[in-house]
Amino acid sequence: MPDIATSFINLDAITILYLFGVGFVGGLVSGFIGSGGAFVLTPGMMSLGVPGLMAVASNMCHKFPKALVGAIKRFKYGQVDVKLGLILGVSAEAGVLYGAGIQEKIKATYGDAGSNLYVSVAFVVILATVGGFVLYDAWKTYRSGNANTEEKAGKLAKWIQSINIPGTMVHFKSINARVSVLFTIPLGFATGLMAATIAVGGFVGVPAMIYVLGAPSLMASATELVIAFVMGLGGSLKYAMHGMVDIRLAMIILAGSLFGIQLGAIGTTYVKPFMIKVVMGLIMVIVLFSRGLMVPVYLSQLGLIDTLGDTTVKLLKNGSFAIMIFALLLGAFIVLRAMWQGKKAEKLLHASGALEHGEV
Amino acid sequence: MAQSTTKKKPVAAMIVMGVISVALYATLLLKQDVINSTFAQGGWFALLPIITAFVFSYFHGGFTGHFWTVLGVEAARKKKEVK
Repeated sequence: MPDIATSFINLDAITILYLFGVGFVGGLVSGFIGSGGAFVLTPGMMSLGVPGLMAVASNMCHKFPKALVGAIKRFKYGQVDVKLGLILGVSAEAGVLYGAGIQEKIKATYGDAGSNLYVSVAFVVILATVGGFVLYDAWKTYRSGNANTEEKAGKLAKWIQSINIPGTMVHFKSINARVSVLFTIPLGFATGLMAATIAVGGFVGVPAMIYVLGAPSLMASATELVIAFVMGLGGSLKYAMHGMVDIRLAMIILAGSLFGIQLGAIGTTYVKPFMIKVVMGLIMVIVLFSRGLMVPVYLSQLGLIDTLGDTTVKLLKNGSFAIMIFALLLGAFIVLRAMWQGKKAEKLLHASGALEHGEV
Repeated sequence: MAQSTTKKKPVAAMIVMGVISVALYATLLLKQDVINSTFAQGGWFALLPIITAFVFSYFHGGFTGHFWTVLGVEAARKKKEVK
């Protein structure tokens, strides 16, 4: 554990503005798809000189209040399934603890490079399969011309909903069906495991709610905020017990992200549900390349391939970070654009309605 | 008459929440040395960052919510909710 007394960085105006800005964009995307931002915020803080563990802890301490505000906002729009969020959240907490244990073991055995390689490979494999599928599904919906129709549960979700295991069945309003908690527990656990590994549990949690349980995209992304709140609260307490949270960093990021999350949540009321999948899938696939770029660096550090030159390593690191920022900015751009178009269409609709009723 | 013109905007609430929010951030930054050394003690002191996060999210969350409403950025009038 680093020496806490010397771990607090000096904050100047540029650092504050930087954290506020990244917080805003991260919040905007989180408000829309239920997660995101952490994959840029943690390395972003580390680039300022914050020790890795403190960056993770401070990120977590901004995540739970942000998720709470976002969840309350989206609850008002009728998009949150609190029961599903809490049940998944508790099992996700167990996943976080287990995932952190795996991380510690890998780090103790293979060192920092081994741990980083494990995280990057997990990123690439999971984001390629899940992100690719989410994006393909969104494209299929767009092509079919059914983007305006209500989403229907897929075959897997219907099968899971049809299984009755006495004593374990719970009715969830988002799914409008009874599902055994024996199915939700592993999903929550996997979400937590991902949160502990790649920092963004929602990349597994949201698609799992959509494709495995049969929840609509809007409700899945909103319910993810409840899971993020539960996981973030537990994680923050754990880190705060060791004095690892830099509350200044957490609250400055929160300052920007609360502006963003409110806007992202409002944005969900203007878009077609498949847009959630578009934004999520795109971010996942782009981030995949960002992490993929770092794999040779870690392989080289472990001596599994020829040693890379300092310039190449620097180039790959900077390229990786730039791609991550691009993914987040692209997500934010799509959200704002979709919102702008939705608002314009609504204005036109009201103007034509007023004309028809002779109000103008 | 258009609905939007009759709806009162929460300007006063935004200002109150905004002032409290600015005061909280000013205290955090001006007293950062004391706050850092206290919060870093761990153990039962772990509750302090958690409480701080809840307090900031209440006031700053309230402010940001009103901020967008006052700017006219609000949810679509036709509800998109599912069930």
